[in-house]
Amino acid sequence: MSITDARKDAATCTLTVTSEWPAAVEKVWQLWADPRKLERWWGPPVYPATVTQHELQSGGTVRYFMTGPEGDQHHGYWLVGDVAAPHRFTFVDGFADAEGNTNDDLPTTSAVVELTALDDGHTRMVMTTTFASVAAMEQLVAMGMEDGLKEAMGQIQAILAED
Amino acid sequence: MVACYEASPTDADTDLLFHALADPTRRDIVRRSLHADHSVSELAGRYSMSFAAVQKHVAILERAQLVTKRHHGRERIVCGRIETARKVNRLLDELEDIWRVRMQRFGEVLLSDETDSAPTHLDHQPDHQPDNQQGDPR
Repeated sequence: MSITDARKDAATCTLTVTSEWPAAVEKVWQLWADPRKLERWWGPPVYPATVTQHELQSGGTVRYFMTGPEGDQHHGYWLVGDVAAPHRFTFVDGFADAEGNTNDDLPTTSAVVELTALDDGHTRMVMTTTFASVAAMEQLVAMGMEDGLKEAMGQIQAILAED
Repeated sequence: MVACYEASPTDADTDLLFHALADPTRRDIVRRSLHADHSVSELAGRYSMSFAAVQKHVAILERAQLVTKRHHGRERIVCGRIETARKVNRLLDELEDIWRVRMQRFGEVLLSDETDSAPTHLDHQPDHQPDNQQGDPR
């Protein structure tokens, strides 16, 4: 397991997930910076992501949609804050409609991604996600993210079992 | 991300919680009151603001159901609402699960780059074939 630490702060609705990867910082950064790589891991297998716009620069926008098993599409966007490639960037993740207009009725999540080189050439990634409120977290969970991801977990286990 | 918009809590609740947790003093009061009960005057002594200002913060937290207030003699005691905190923790657990699975995929993409194959086990040693296939890992 690559996750080395997960911290939850209920008072601030913040989740901090720390992971370590056997690759250089630049290479780990590419999983965020290359839209074709990003879409291979951002969405669960049953809701694969397609990135339609990708501006990983300060003030840029990333747009994507996820396609469900019924062909249903769910659009999302990131508003990119500060970018210090390949070490750090911030973004706000939210929902959008099919035309790409942001849906302000649904909760957004603020995220900070930080990559640090370790002595052994590996990379530590710290992802800090802050949810707008308890209600917003509840909504995100209720919106079925977890269902899709539990299915994803099953698929991954199946893949791992093939080895 | 699956659409299920009926499940959304009322906007009023969302606004109250968002507003309540948007302030660093109020977040600090929530944190402290979950560990132990504090009187409003005790809390007021901790911040460089008036008693009335702290009282206002507590009232906002009360409306958002993050704390309750009870009387103890002449003191008003602020207690954290453990059920709200538990709910938050449960939700954070679920969101942590989401990230754990997402990070598993992250590792598969990172390593499949080196092996030019579909997702492989994280412990799989990379071989040295060129990455000429950007196939769908799913």
